Amino acid sequence: MKQYIPSVKGLKKSNNPFKNLIYTCFVCVSIISCDKNFDNPIEDEPARSSGSADFSTFVSIGDSITAGYADAALYRSGQENSYPAILAEQFARAGGGNFFQPLMNDNLGGLLFSENENPEFANRLVLDAEALSPEPIAGAPTTEVIDAAPLTGPFNNVGVPGAKSFHLAAEGLGNPAGLATDPLSANPYYVRFASSATSSIIGDAAAQQPTFFILWIGNNDILSYATSGGIGVDQTNPVTDPATYGSNDITNTIVFDTLYGQLLGAMTTASPDAKGVLVNVPDVTTIPYFTTVPYNAVPLDQATADTLNAAYTAYNDGLELARLGSAIDQTEKDAREISFVAGQNPVVILDEDLTDLTGLDAALVNMRLATAEDLVILPTRTKIGQPVDPTDENSLVWGVSAPLLDGDVLTKIEVATVETARTAFNTSIQTAADADDDLIMFDVAAVMTALATTEGIALSDGSNITATYATGGAFSLDGVHPTSRGYAVIANRMISDINSSFGANVPTVAAEFFPTIYLK
Amino acid sequence: MSTSALAGGYRVALQGQSATGMGHVGTAMTESAEVVFFNPAGMSFLESKSSSSIGVSLIDAQGKYQNKTTNKAYDTNNPIGTPFYIYQATKINEKSSLGFGIYTPYGNSVEWPLDWAGSHLVNNISLKTIYAQPTFSYKINNTVSIGAGPTFVNGYVHLNRNLSTSPSVADKDGKRSNVTIKGSGITAWGYTLGILAKPNDNLSLGMSFRSQVDMEAKNRTANFSNIADTLQSTYPNTTYDATLILPAELSFGASYSLGSQTTIAFELNRTFWSAYESLDFTFESPEIADSTNPRKYSDSNIYRIGVQHNLSPKITVRVGSYYDQTPISDGYFTPETARNSSVGLTLGGGLKLNKRLSIETSFVYLHITEFNGSYDFIDHDGNPSTPPTSFGGDYLTNVTIFGLGLNYNY
Repeated sequence: MKQYIPSVKGLKKSNNPFKNLIYTCFVCVSIISCDKNFDNPIEDEPARSSGSADFSTFVSIGDSITAGYADAALYRSGQENSYPAILAEQFARAGGGNFFQPLMNDNLGGLLFSENENPEFANRLVLDAEALSPEPIAGAPTTEVIDAAPLTGPFNNVGVPGAKSFHLAAEGLGNPAGLATDPLSANPYYVRFASSATSSIIGDAAAQQPTFFILWIGNNDILSYATSGGIGVDQTNPVTDPATYGSNDITNTIVFDTLYGQLLGAMTTASPDAKGVLVNVPDVTTIPYFTTVPYNAVPLDQATADTLNAAYTAYNDGLELARLGSAIDQTEKDAREISFVAGQNPVVILDEDLTDLTGLDAALVNMRLATAEDLVILPTRTKIGQPVDPTDENSLVWGVSAPLLDGDVLTKIEVATVETARTAFNTSIQTAADADDDLIMFDVAAVMTALATTEGIALSDGSNITATYATGGAFSLDGVHPTSRGYAVIANRMISDINSSFGANVPTVAAEFFPTIYLK
Repeated sequence: MSTSALAGGYRVALQGQSATGMGHVGTAMTESAEVVFFNPAGMSFLESKSSSSIGVSLIDAQGKYQNKTTNKAYDTNNPIGTPFYIYQATKINEKSSLGFGIYTPYGNSVEWPLDWAGSHLVNNISLKTIYAQPTFSYKINNTVSIGAGPTFVNGYVHLNRNLSTSPSVADKDGKRSNVTIKGSGITAWGYTLGILAKPNDNLSLGMSFRSQVDMEAKNRTANFSNIADTLQSTYPNTTYDATLILPAELSFGASYSLGSQTTIAFELNRTFWSAYESLDFTFESPEIADSTNPRKYSDSNIYRIGVQHNLSPKITVRVGSYYDQTPISDGYFTPETARNSSVGLTLGGGLKLNKRLSIETSFVYLHITEFNGSYDFIDHDGNPSTPPTSFGGDYLTNVTIFGLGLNYNY
């Protein structure tokens, strides 16, 4: 506190009461003029209540979203702003403890495999604001996964990018030897911090005996199929062994249900009194990876349309013959007939669920025009309109004279396949939450749906964020993972549900102060 | 210069140590060359043929901000403000007096921590104005005088703010993108008028008016820093036009002698802040949208009372108080002028060194109640059709001011 004690020459105490008054006033005012603080300073705020929950040991289990992955990479500031890290900082004001994460070595995000960079684990994306396209940030990544000693845990954030439900239970997923095989048989992110070569992700989580945990798994069980344009297999009944799955397959829903129960069992056995949040799986139609590229992305003038229509006459005539021969019905013929007009046109795509007519006529491949119910995935944006053979000046053009491939588009039927599996997964998750008083289900799918509207979600300063690719603020440049600000909004909704379900009073964060996408 | 937290808005009412010591009354006081500022007509009633005053005040004003919802708290690190004055008044003959004044009635100097929560409004700002005022007064008769003079104003501004609340609006090293608005040597002119009446030996009545001065910055520099490489073409360094209003002020004062050694004075200042509707910037580069920042200040009053007492032939003591209404309405509190209404307590002392020279000192303690305020009109995305955003919280300011001056009369 500053104090000013005056000394004024000639001002002497005397018997004159008026003089005394002046001297007293002078001294009094000087003393009280020290720097004041707020009546209720923020540092004296009492601790918040955790209600019936206990945040002292908080563990988060899941996949890339839980790890803080964004812009197609796992990098430091993304991890520092992961939704579990944001929650942990808020929990700390209500009795929460430390929250350790297996931080990457830098803010670039690329992985090194014995000093070699790997294009599948490249640096995080930044947006070239002039070209309006994303690209990996320049720089040499420094996070070595094979030749580096594993980090010393335990780590409260056990979110592992790429993990599907059965990966959480897989022992040895963190074995460095598994990085030497092709394809990889270990997960490089888990190799970095696994407690041993034979540990499992769920085991590492349970071993900490958390008092509070969050489990968010199931995304990759449908997402790897969806983001690859549905080239994998939907592992429906009969029940199959996940060990036999391709990386882009949809997990069998009964396998998921059983596994989910096992994962929860591991947690509740280790911590019978723990409270927990189970997070569901969002709808792919709300994520910009699937909703950014319009189905009708092809602008044509009348002359070009006429030329193309002439070129497709043989295909259309072949369809008619097939119909006459009862190989296909009228509905399929109408769906497959290809004709263009002046203006915006749908892209031409391959659809594996159409009837195979190549036996009749090799030229009658499974192609048709896309409809609004087909989802063109984000990477296809740069493919449409490009020559199939860049060296040939008369080359066919992707999506126009040559159909986009199965992996470029999630067709209507594939969307429905994903949705069927998702509904089943979410039923498993809801059922598990309903069965245990200590568990609640957090409906993140509803948050994603809200973000996908025009108005999005409002922030505390009056701004809002939406799911629009690059500019909306909620999703990062990979179109799948939220930005730090998107994670903050999700964390706030979780806090709200935790508060109402467990009678806690955890404060939310101001999402407007969190970063969104980075520019080149 | 001086800091924000003094009078309403950016008015810094410290134009004379004798006046400051007694609540900054002066419109009806005729004791020193300070009248050049407070009421030019007062020159006619100065006792000495030549009166001079110089002085400087040191302002220590620090602001505190906290917001319990966003869980953020910051303190300013403001430089010490140093408003000063130089006055000279000379009686040419029985009726006419000529004078000259240099003083600094408007200013602001606020520095919040770089990249703080309100950085999208201001990181730091420095505003300085100097007025030069040749003055003439005419004694109509033994009871009434009038005075007037033009004021030549020279202004300087330096303002820096970040472009966004988002830490990702930055360059490749993560340093936040920001804009610096600069301008020096911005000139304008105005005028001052006054009238003083002494109906009897004990009473003085005065009225003075200082005109509004519009500081117009034209083609001044706007520099963007820490812009991402691929965004450079959208944010080129460019020039801007902007106008800052220094409002008009009308003062009424009365002073009364209670016995030969004691004077009591009252004063009312009305500042016509309503002219300050908005602070707008138009940029030369077509890439950069105009920046419209509503302010909607209201006319406001300051009520002052002061007492001066000669303890001895050499020593004078002063005490005073004033109530300063804020011109700022709810929803319009920006962090560089986050000021609520306040009460000032003043003390002063004068010491006559000899017949001609005296030292005058003053001390001001400003009591500003903490308040919760916000600015609700932030155009965060340059798009007028999206609703504006808000920034606010609890604000608190501590101000102490010491002043030292010299009078030389003969």
